[in-house]
Amino acid sequence: MDILNEFIEVAADPGAYARRIRASGRSVIGYYCSYAPEEIIHAAGLHPIRLFGTGGDSGIADRHLQAYCCSLVRGALAESLTGRLDYLDGTVFPHTCDSIQRLSDIWRLNTSHGFFADVVLPVKLTGENARKYLIDVLQRFKRDLESYFDLVITEESMRSSIRTFNTIRSYLSEIYELKSRNPGIISGQELFSIVRTSMVMDRDVLRDKLQTLLQELRESVPGREGRGRRLMLVGNACNHPDIYELIERSGGQVVWDDLCTGTRWFSGAIREEGDPIAAIADRLFERQVCPSKHKSPTARGELLASQARKHGVEGVIFLYLKFCDPHSFDYPYLKECFKDMGIPSMLLEIEDSLPPEGQILTRIETFTQMLGPKTGAVHAETSQTGREG
Amino acid sequence: MREIMTEYYIEAKTADQTGKKVAWITSGGPVEPLIVMDVIPVYPENYGAMIGASHMGGDLCAKAEALGYSTDLCSYARADIACALENGGPIGGLPKPDMLICCNNICGTVMKWYEVQARLFNVPLFIFDTPFCHVDFADEARRYVRAQIDEYISFLEGVCKKKFDFDRSMEVGRLSLKGQQLWQEVLDAAAHRPSPMTAFDAFFFLALIVTLRGTDKVVNFYTELLEEMKERVSQGISAVENERYRLLWDNLPVWYRLKWLSDTFASHGACLVADTYTTAWCGSMKYIDENDFIDSMAEAYTRIYLNIGVDEMAKTIFEMIDKYEVDGLVMHSNRSCKPYSFGQYDLMRMVQEKKGIPCMMLESHMVDERSFSESQALTRIDAFMEVIRKRGPGAGTAR
Repeated sequence: MDILNEFIEVAADPGAYARRIRASGRSVIGYYCSYAPEEIIHAAGLHPIRLFGTGGDSGIADRHLQAYCCSLVRGALAESLTGRLDYLDGTVFPHTCDSIQRLSDIWRLNTSHGFFADVVLPVKLTGENARKYLIDVLQRFKRDLESYFDLVITEESMRSSIRTFNTIRSYLSEIYELKSRNPGIISGQELFSIVRTSMVMDRDVLRDKLQTLLQELRESVPGREGRGRRLMLVGNACNHPDIYELIERSGGQVVWDDLCTGTRWFSGAIREEGDPIAAIADRLFERQVCPSKHKSPTARGELLASQARKHGVEGVIFLYLKFCDPHSFDYPYLKECFKDMGIPSMLLEIEDSLPPEGQILTRIETFTQMLGPKTGAVHAETSQTGREG
Repeated sequence: MREIMTEYYIEAKTADQTGKKVAWITSGGPVEPLIVMDVIPVYPENYGAMIGASHMGGDLCAKAEALGYSTDLCSYARADIACALENGGPIGGLPKPDMLICCNNICGTVMKWYEVQARLFNVPLFIFDTPFCHVDFADEARRYVRAQIDEYISFLEGVCKKKFDFDRSMEVGRLSLKGQQLWQEVLDAAAHRPSPMTAFDAFFFLALIVTLRGTDKVVNFYTELLEEMKERVSQGISAVENERYRLLWDNLPVWYRLKWLSDTFASHGACLVADTYTTAWCGSMKYIDENDFIDSMAEAYTRIYLNIGVDEMAKTIFEMIDKYEVDGLVMHSNRSCKPYSFGQYDLMRMVQEKKGIPCMMLESHMVDERSFSESQALTRIDAFMEVIRKRGPGAGTAR
């Protein structure tokens, strides 16, 4: 599939793609968080792009951040300080964890990428007061964009952007559902590239390409049989496409995830009627929650358990960046939730780069082998594809 | 002081016999409404400090690690989680909570920590969400925190099944403010040369403003303590014999090495005269309106030292350097507290540029003694004091 290669190519070098966008005269706004109000950036005629830490050396971040800071935050700062983010016309920091919170300060004081905004989201995503506050925060962000870039974001452009993002999210959900039902249809690494590119590519172009891709996938006969054990990845942002291949070589296959660069980012649809900002706020309120936000003490456990059940998950790999507090606090609880369901799990803590291949392979192989004999009776429950509220 | 704290913990531990309710609350949380409602506030963080000071942190943290909690997580949280599960730790563990009050003005860690305890104890959890003030306190944030005070009061009315007494809240608010004012005055005494107290004393006396804020116990005790400080000043009694150098401490204490650090610095004739940590409990008094405590506490609790941007923190540090005539800055890079520690390198550079005083950094986990290397710390302190010595006593800032 040519179209798939295009996704892989963009995912491999998002910066090169962003530079082309910028050369075409559009301003590029970057962010590190799945709570960024991308629809508002898009509605302003600017190009929203997710940033991913670094694949390179982050030593330069030592001047600002201690060694016990996660590789995403250190890598992010290193990317900026070494000039690798020269394509940015602005950055947005939605409030999430303690580390990103301080990265925002350090970024504001030490880098210059034009527009800068802290979007201080509520941490508590329950109750009318938090919802009202979230709406106010998004309205402020919209005003900030309008004033800095000297433009007006019309209600019509907001609605159009919301439709575009809804369509993109529904396509991604359906691709995930197809992969879950028929894992051999596409490799894990390919799916990784599709999601990553969806955070980078011009969204109108993306929407059409995803539609074509989805059509092909719906009709395709699986190129390879998906025989591996059905695994779910739970973790933060994944910047390691290789992990999918290593999992497949170790007798597993990823059929679902709860990742910041996965379902957490694209779950939930925005209401297309009524006030657009309130509708965007409602989706951020209701979407699959990040552990740095609060819905209820048991919200994540319940959600992940239901997803594991729905997708016939046989084992869970917690893929955590070392020093990630919100995820690490949830780990013992989530591990127990899965254990109660009879689903074993393993924890893989990673940093900038993956540990040596042999080591990871051995660990995952040991894990998939201890999952016991494959019964053949485990299948994903068939379900409605598309948007989930 | 010890008697007051003992009495306080006895009352808390016997709450089930007296019919009082117990709330676990974060150290920077709005405690005054609990006092109004006759709820006994219990502070896992104060307890964490006790764990650290009694050198029980390492064992308890290791127990939490065995449950799957990463060694990189806050050592207060790890130790407290382990205690709650086995009633271990000092004073046989904390009394079980009837409710949990979590204010995230100090960190995001407390929210995750309180979620863990909410699942364990299966009691109501109230989150008082104070939006981070990177550069200012936005109008929408002001409205949001103010609205949450009403939410908080109805939450308490629901759990306690009685009405909130607004008249009493005026009195509690007055006592809270008075306690903070006295605490600030006690800390101010250290501005005198030689200083009558050290930051290590402040770490000890801090327990009252943290745990009993809003009661007359704090007011009475700090009134006496202030008298004592004034007496020491008038008699020229110094906390460190032959005080030659004056230092500022940043971040939480290393609870299990207080004495060692105090002695080590004192051996160089250095007195840690002030710190950014204990000051945090009186740092946002300027936002409090005595006649409208409940309304104004929304802002005061949101704009505390840890809930502001690095450049805002720098301003506070500059002021303290001038006020206490400080010769150097000692930063505790605390692996347990990312929001306090990330940004310290930038702060250090700002202090060196603006104030021209030497700075040093020590690394630890505040109550996990396994993380601390005495020999490494000693080498650093010696090298740092050598620089300070070369500049000479009273060299102060590059004014």
